[in-house]
Amino acid sequence: MSDSRPAGRGQLANAAAALAVEDITAGYGAVRVLHGVSVTAAPGTITAILGANGAGKTTLLRAIDGSIRPASGRVLLDGTDLAGRRPEEVARAGIAHVPEGQGVITELTVAENLQLGLLLRPRADRAAAAAEIYQRFGVLAERKNLAAGTLSGGERQMLVIARALATRPRVLLLDEPSLGLAPKIVMGVLHLIQQLRDESSLTIILVEQNARSALAIADTGIVLNLGAVVAQARASDLATDDALRRHYLGF
Amino acid sequence: MVEFLEFTLSGLAAGMVYAAIALALVLIWRGTRVLNYSQGAMAMLTSYIALTVINETGSYWLGFAVALAAGLILGAVVERTVIRPVTGKPPLNAVIVSIGLLILLEGLAGVLYGSNNRSFPFAYSVNGLSIGSVALGITRNDLFTAVAVLGAAGLLAAAFRYTSAGLRLRATAFNAGVARLLGVRVGRMLTLGWALAGLIGALAGMLVTPPLLNPNSMDAIFVLGFTAAVIGGLESPVGAVAGGLLLGVVLNYASGYLGSESVNLFGLAALLLVLMFRPTGLFSAAPARRV
Repeated sequence: MSDSRPAGRGQLANAAAALAVEDITAGYGAVRVLHGVSVTAAPGTITAILGANGAGKTTLLRAIDGSIRPASGRVLLDGTDLAGRRPEEVARAGIAHVPEGQGVITELTVAENLQLGLLLRPRADRAAAAAEIYQRFGVLAERKNLAAGTLSGGERQMLVIARALATRPRVLLLDEPSLGLAPKIVMGVLHLIQQLRDESSLTIILVEQNARSALAIADTGIVLNLGAVVAQARASDLATDDALRRHYLGF
Repeated sequence: MVEFLEFTLSGLAAGMVYAAIALALVLIWRGTRVLNYSQGAMAMLTSYIALTVINETGSYWLGFAVALAAGLILGAVVERTVIRPVTGKPPLNAVIVSIGLLILLEGLAGVLYGSNNRSFPFAYSVNGLSIGSVALGITRNDLFTAVAVLGAAGLLAAAFRYTSAGLRLRATAFNAGVARLLGVRVGRMLTLGWALAGLIGALAGMLVTPPLLNPNSMDAIFVLGFTAAVIGGLESPVGAVAGGLLLGVVLNYASGYLGSESVNLFGLAALLLVLMFRPTGLFSAAPARRV
């Protein structure tokens, strides 16, 4: 991993951050999507990444999780640079990505999907972790031995979040967890995300199209536009910034 | 009626080997979406290695074990060296690479061992078994073949179902992208899949090669194994075994009632018919679409 940037002020300032994205430039082939994006997430907080379609939200998550290799910049997880590592190694390092469009493995059973996540834990922890997850996600316990393809949209969302938690991540990346879900279920998912932060001091990066509900549960908000950060502030401040809201968030 | 029983049993025995080849093809297809046209040639090469060991040491079973180990290693090496560079490229690249490998391996065997037929020992006696005066059409060696193939398929199925590595392999086959996000080292799983296919292929080679081995001796068997895999739908290990047995029985009826020269013709006809009318195989349910 070549790192042309000297470790300087940035690293010191980010020393306390669970996840610090520093000046990431990334894209697909010749198309550059992100132009020097920096994001800092303190431990045990929810950071909402907001912005219109094409602003680069999903690309940012993909640059963090290793699905695309950043052209430059660093991705620091508790101070360790993960930029340029493969997705499987990033996952093993402690970043769990729940991609948009869910990604349950429909051919496997619910239990097998969860087991895949649990495999990242030491063998001795797995049974207890599984019990804890089934306790929290009762609906998954009921459907344990069914093919994951038989679950409803909301249940699948529960499964992918549960599976990500099963890996015992330090940082959880959630891409549009409410996409395509009924409003009542969306409330449930958002409530769950809040609970996870409060109970297990998990650091969560939440990408949401629905800015209003994302800001309602987030601590920090970051607004992306055309691949650059145009605002980073406390979520409550962003929600009340009328000009910003109208300009970039459309509510 | 007795004749029918005889044809059925000996057809099942022949089908066991098609099933093994089909199983190897399915293992690779599921993991890497590559049709390994060199599967037969790989098995031919491991059989030569076995023959060398048998001739040197005089132990058939040592040769047998060495062939399986060689198949495992050969599968892994092939994946890492020639298949890995073409993954993610257009499918035709992998087709050409695996056909190239077929030609290379058969040429290599010709150079190393000569292109003449070598005599190759059976594991067990090939005297026909009978109950009373009724000939069964199968031999002790056929029984061993059946036990070996069904045993290997069963072990494989259990490993896929009940072990962590098996779960990772299945996750990789079904959805490599998601498996990656869960920390599954997909590259290793693909290598493992090829290694297992190499092992099963080597087993098939040991079972089908006798009495004669030459650099092209697996070609016809490969075509039939391929047909069995297509009948089984290419996706399903169970389908591969069922497809192999079905093909074995049908071809044996053709051979028994119409003459043995019709076997290859019927094999190819079966392949064409399945591809025309049931391209997803006889045993596949409606293909499950990923959401």
